[in-house]
Amino acid sequence: MDSTSRSFKDNAKTALSDAQLRRALDNMKEGFIAKRAKAAAKLPEFEALRDQARDIKNHTLENLDAYLELYADKVEAAGGTVHWCATADEARAAVVEICRSVGAKTVTKGKSMIAEELALNEHLEANGLVPVETDLGEYIIQLRGEPPSHIIAPAIHLNKEQVASDFRARHTEFPAERQLEEPQQLVAEARAVLRQKYLDADVGITGANFLVAETGSSIIVTNEGNGDLTQSLPKVHIVVASIEKVVPTLEDASAILRVLARSATGQEFSTYTTLSTGPKRPEDPDGPEQYHVILLDNGRSQMLGSEFQDMLRCIRCGACMNHCPVYHSVGGHAYGWVYPGPMGAVLTPSLIGVEEAGHLPNASTFCGRCEAVCPMRIPLPKMMRHWREREFERHLAPPAVRAGLVMWVFFAKRPELYRFATGLKAMVLGALGRQRGRFAWMPLGRGWTAHRDLPVPEGRTFMELYDERQRAPVRDGIVRALRRGPETERRDAAGERDAA
Amino acid sequence: MPPAATQVSATRATASEAPATKAPQNPRVALFVTCLVDFFRPSVGFATLKLLEQAGCTVEVPRAQTCCGQPAYNSGDRADTKAIAAQVIRAFAGYDYVVVPSGSCAGMLRKHYPALFKDDPELAAQAEDLGARTHELVSFLADVLKVKAVAGAFAGTVTYHDSCSGLRELGIKQQPRRLLKTLDGLTLTEMAEPEVCCGFGGTFCVKYPDISNQMVDAKAADVEATGADLLLAGDLGCLLNMAGKLKRRGASVEVRHVAEVLAGLTEQPGIGEGVRDRQARPAAE
Repeated sequence: MDSTSRSFKDNAKTALSDAQLRRALDNMKEGFIAKRAKAAAKLPEFEALRDQARDIKNHTLENLDAYLELYADKVEAAGGTVHWCATADEARAAVVEICRSVGAKTVTKGKSMIAEELALNEHLEANGLVPVETDLGEYIIQLRGEPPSHIIAPAIHLNKEQVASDFRARHTEFPAERQLEEPQQLVAEARAVLRQKYLDADVGITGANFLVAETGSSIIVTNEGNGDLTQSLPKVHIVVASIEKVVPTLEDASAILRVLARSATGQEFSTYTTLSTGPKRPEDPDGPEQYHVILLDNGRSQMLGSEFQDMLRCIRCGACMNHCPVYHSVGGHAYGWVYPGPMGAVLTPSLIGVEEAGHLPNASTFCGRCEAVCPMRIPLPKMMRHWREREFERHLAPPAVRAGLVMWVFFAKRPELYRFATGLKAMVLGALGRQRGRFAWMPLGRGWTAHRDLPVPEGRTFMELYDERQRAPVRDGIVRALRRGPETERRDAAGERDAA
Repeated sequence: MPPAATQVSATRATASEAPATKAPQNPRVALFVTCLVDFFRPSVGFATLKLLEQAGCTVEVPRAQTCCGQPAYNSGDRADTKAIAAQVIRAFAGYDYVVVPSGSCAGMLRKHYPALFKDDPELAAQAEDLGARTHELVSFLADVLKVKAVAGAFAGTVTYHDSCSGLRELGIKQQPRRLLKTLDGLTLTEMAEPEVCCGFGGTFCVKYPDISNQMVDAKAADVEATGADLLLAGDLGCLLNMAGKLKRRGASVEVRHVAEVLAGLTEQPGIGEGVRDRQARPAAE
């Protein structure tokens, strides 16, 4: 997928002025946050499960080579084929080759972020194939020619009126006067359209939430059941998955599944949790004749052993973006590539370069809410800061920002000079703004004052006032002594002697 | 806003309620005033002094302090951050405690300095030591000194914003609310989303002003919806941001640092208010 992450600021500006998007984001926020909180509160061992899930993935990442080889062996033993792909290009070529080899025309697809990363639909179309998304949200955005705006709720940026209008424009086989006001009517229509596609498809492509090393199985979780039909009806099933999806055992996958749905949608479990292991066996009544796994690296192995390794624990639940105030403000499309929100702010620069995606880890207040809800306890803010460090080392930050920082650091390292400069500045600003208490405009401060007033400093710095307070007793003593003069001093002393 | 604070005194917990590691009787406390309080609102520094002295601390203000280094740290400038942090570590060595009227800066000293110097043979131990001695003001009063109540009064309805670092890095949530509720006449009313970031984020608010604006606008609306007379928080960065937005929106709610109200030092105008607002406000009842 091509990125517009460089234009993040402009993307954000456009998104901020979109009233419909604002309403959609407000709705989304309320639902996800409340549901997750409720699900977590209902499960006493939720926090302990998060630790367990983190430890499972950490262990797997430490031994990733071994578990991937084990997984691949098990897939082959079950009659499947594993295609090891270092790059997106290799993965796309492998998928097209499989489709060609069986003379495929139509390809159904379950929801897969890796397929988005590969821009697989465009690539299949360019090769004369017809891809059909079967997840409702993905289907809607496919009709609209849009990328997903959320990793688990790809059409969350839309309302039902927009969907109805898209369906009317594209589903011309239905009577024009039909009712499409209610979500149920929209779902029913999509279901009717998609039913036939499942039956027509030559190849079904799904993603994977987990790859299980001990059995060679892939696991997907869905709420619509579309994944099951996608992977069991066509004669070829292709799993596209990235290397960090592997876990050692079914037991491990089960443990992580317990935090996945709760963190994502607040469900205890997704409606469907489906395992697939190799092609149809002779004794099976149905299932695909061929089973392929596209095992994609695409930059991930470079993250192993780096300060970004923890990011490979991500299970794509979306909790970080569901709780992110920046995501709530601009929505997913503004981020400009496949992965939005805090997990995207860390992952995107790893996969497409910090030159391209440098805005993403910068556009965070480090409020820490993402890390607080991440089921895998990924230190997202810390890793965004690491990206800023990489940028700083490579002088990628805007020159004005850098110059400002250099000047500030110069003073911050010199306390005496700092006190003098801040004292002077506070005095000037304090005097200028004392009456009104705030500035509506400030040279070099437009970023602030375009949207809010700048409160005026009280006029003296704390350090000045505190120094004065500390010196006051000494000063008062000297002044008293001077006022009285030497004669009085002597008389006082004599008087004290007499009294004694 | 009726500035109704009277004589204030702090009550200490009885010995039986003291924690396993007991605080010294008259701890020697260094005040890290923070660059924003120093420059924008020294009153917060004096309110902090008053609260600490009332609680029996001997307070000193090390002169070699400027800033905790967050602007550099969050801009990716690790080398300068470490230079500034080393300066802070030296300046604040030897005190029983270091107290900071900011969750964000306290979090920097407590959590991030030790991480920065983790592999530094010379400063690792000192950074750990400083981190362990450093506390945000209100959590220091409530959790370390076990202050249960501040005697005083504040007639009015307040709402409290949970600043992100204090809340998520230091676990500060109930401490300020508990202490505020012990002031006579004070009513606490909660926002719908008190834990959502206000959009300040240090340099974030000027690097991404449009997004920051969306966030602070939502926060301001949440504050206004409470109908509170006064918005409080424990971090001046957030307070400057929220006050600036509330004033721009024409809201009448006053904005102050929580220390000002706890210390009964509310004579000076609220944040973002001038002499003019003060004169225009109806007199206290």
